[in-house]
Amino acid sequence: MSLGLALLAVLLVAALAGGIAYRRAAALRVGRTKGARLNSLPIYHALHTALWAALPALLLLAAWSPVQTRLVAQSVLSSPEGKALPDSDIQRESILGEAQDIAIGKIEAGFNPQSTALAPQFTAANNKFATIGGGLALLAALAGAAFALSRVKFEFRARAGVERWVMLLLMAASTVAILTTLGIVLSLLFESIRFFKMVSPTEFLFGTSWSPQMAMRADQAGSSGEFGSVPLFWGTAFIGAIIAMIVAIPLGLMSAIFLTQYAPAKVRAWLKPILEILAGVPTVVYGYFAALTVAPMVRDFGISIGVTSASSESALAAGLVMGIMIIPFVSSMADDSIAAVPQAMRDGSLALGATKSETIRRVVLPAALPGVVGGVLLAVSRAIGETMIVVMAAGLSASMTANPFHAVTTVTVQIVQLLTGDQEFDSAKTLAAFALGLLLFIITLILNLIALSVVRRYREAYE
Amino acid sequence: MSNNPASRWTDGSMQKRVARRYSAERRFRALGFLAVAMSVAVLAFLLFTMASKGLGGFSHTEARLQLDLPRSDVVIDPANLTGADAGQIVAQANLEGALTQAAIATYGPTASEIFGESGVRELGRKLIADPTLLSRRAELWLPVSGKVDVAAKGDGAPEQEAIVAAINAKDGLRRTFNLDFLTASDATDPSAVGVWGALKGSFLTIIVTMGLAFPVGVLSALYLEEFAARNRWTDLVEVSINNLAAVPSIIFGLLGLAVFLNVMNLPRSAPLVGGLTLALMTMPVIVIAGRNAIKSVPPSIRDAALGVGASKMQVVFHHVLPLALPGILTGTIIGMARALGETAPLLMIGMRAFIATPPGGIADPATVLPVQIFLWSDEVDRSFVEKTSAAIIVLLVFMLVMNGLAIYLRNRFERRW
Repeated sequence: MSLGLALLAVLLVAALAGGIAYRRAAALRVGRTKGARLNSLPIYHALHTALWAALPALLLLAAWSPVQTRLVAQSVLSSPEGKALPDSDIQRESILGEAQDIAIGKIEAGFNPQSTALAPQFTAANNKFATIGGGLALLAALAGAAFALSRVKFEFRARAGVERWVMLLLMAASTVAILTTLGIVLSLLFESIRFFKMVSPTEFLFGTSWSPQMAMRADQAGSSGEFGSVPLFWGTAFIGAIIAMIVAIPLGLMSAIFLTQYAPAKVRAWLKPILEILAGVPTVVYGYFAALTVAPMVRDFGISIGVTSASSESALAAGLVMGIMIIPFVSSMADDSIAAVPQAMRDGSLALGATKSETIRRVVLPAALPGVVGGVLLAVSRAIGETMIVVMAAGLSASMTANPFHAVTTVTVQIVQLLTGDQEFDSAKTLAAFALGLLLFIITLILNLIALSVVRRYREAYE
Repeated sequence: MSNNPASRWTDGSMQKRVARRYSAERRFRALGFLAVAMSVAVLAFLLFTMASKGLGGFSHTEARLQLDLPRSDVVIDPANLTGADAGQIVAQANLEGALTQAAIATYGPTASEIFGESGVRELGRKLIADPTLLSRRAELWLPVSGKVDVAAKGDGAPEQEAIVAAINAKDGLRRTFNLDFLTASDATDPSAVGVWGALKGSFLTIIVTMGLAFPVGVLSALYLEEFAARNRWTDLVEVSINNLAAVPSIIFGLLGLAVFLNVMNLPRSAPLVGGLTLALMTMPVIVIAGRNAIKSVPPSIRDAALGVGASKMQVVFHHVLPLALPGILTGTIIGMARALGETAPLLMIGMRAFIATPPGGIADPATVLPVQIFLWSDEVDRSFVEKTSAAIIVLLVFMLVMNGLAIYLRNRFERRW
């Protein structure tokens, strides 16, 4: 018996029990004696019974399936065929994997003869433990069904029972966000600690040389395995926080001002969705646009103004396109904060004889500034976490240059580089990606928290 | 006071100042217009670039060929071609050799390599459709290889340009719609590639994302807005949702790699893992949109339902949720569109392999359309440029449809109370 079959059986038991509960409750309702009135509708009795039959059993199954994987592996390894396996971890794992594939019928014969011999062991162990787990789940379903069925009575408040289950479901759903955050923090932290056992944190945080190639042989040149992350963070800030913002802040802010203060309603109704399209274009498309069209233009421009070393992968090309990508984001944040400025302030300024632009520059913008700043911080946080544009257009050389025509590299580019080569999982090179990820997460977290609290305080000020 | 020019209306300096202020006003307004116009112009330029580079990807060049299969060394029993494994039999025959021979016979020795994977595939299909080709001389139109295709479109290397000129002299080239681009999968020869495999991978991934993120997102939005007590725990949930919505997507990729692949041992490159990762990323977006939609349902609806004896749960599920649903769906579609265009987290969990067959299920190795675009953009072969741009057009069409649907839903069903 497989776990899938057990799942079906549990659901069947739940449906049957629900049906029985409905019949019983309906019978009670029709044949009710004087004074006794069914508290809940039959459908609630049915739901209550079905939930009691299904949920505990399903939870049990979900908890059992990883346990079973481990138990099966253990019992296979302790069998005589399992003990004959080679000691090397990699070989053993590959033979075990093949044997498992044979056992579930995915492939017919393994590359290694030992795996074919192991396959029956796998089938037997799988069957044994699946029967145990499935049987337990089925027992739980039957027990739950019997318990709930015994409570189908006049005075039983089945609806309240169902609602308790639903409430539990709602609470469980809301904890997913916390679990995700926790998962991110723990997984990054765990791998980063392993990384910092190999490379000292001071070197990582303050080192200015980044070349993660580990030397395969001692005499290999250019493969020093240096992990100084400062150039990466400089590149990230240069592209995301400087060049992109020089493009995005003025354009985004002026767009928002034009759309909210000047544009007639009809023009606004057309222009806003167009800006939203700009926000909806996938980043890989921007990346391709940057690499294919913008980067050669930037290079030619650089050469024409006398920067002979202008390369075809440049900080400027990536930053320009990233700035364009951020415009709608800045614009909508500015839009919100301008809209939150009370009309009375605007009217007061206009009544004193100020022109519209004077009102905007001297009254509305200063009043909306905290909101705009918060929006800009969120935009920076988004820009430094952006991956595809820089992967496709910014280059790989970790240099601390302030020349926008030169290639720089960013944290996200390096994470992609480190994790997409053929690397075993425990090398410092692979783990470095998680350390970079942790730093990136912390920086964006701080930016987000500051931005969110600034925006919130600002909103409260005008409410 | 007489030395203050502003105090005298008749003084010309006042007029001058007003004129200056008004021109500053006009300049400011023009700047605002310029900013919007620039954004729109960049969008137009981007779309124009992709369209002009990519539309060629939807057509391919075919060459006329005198094919004499009975004289070639292709040996296939015509009776086998009606069976179920006809495709396999055709694939095993040396059609490529026959094509090379025929090409040389028709256009001379320089034309030996005008056909590639796509020509072989097309010939195989023609054989299955019409087995009599095996026993007669025939004139066929077959798609040429990527290099020749590019040359025929005017952007190729000199040698290919020469071949194209030679074939053109015999009037042997034509352009037709490349249906294979929509029905085939990745291949090594750019003329044979298609987006179907990647589209199917995207589709499966989005299904998984939707199936997980939508219920969880809606339920937690309901909980936070309607049931949660104001306490530390709720604050924590809120902060983590708001923060998750702004965490870089690549971090979710790292999470997927560390948890789903390394701890839970789920299959690499599979839509299942991609969908799970993207679901975690999309869920906060749905929660935030859902909360706003739920918030906008007026309290009078709840009071009325409570007043006639509904329980809190019935109020929420019978009244609040249906009224908030259009708003929630709008947010969900926008979140799904974002997930559909996401690349970086999927690179982390290994969805960047060369995959030539469309995935059969959510546990099969697959790739998605944005990753496919990224992979093609990395190819050196020039004919991949138009294929990449063409794939981008397909992706943008999907994004436009989804965003259009969201805007339609918003305008059609959203109620202002």
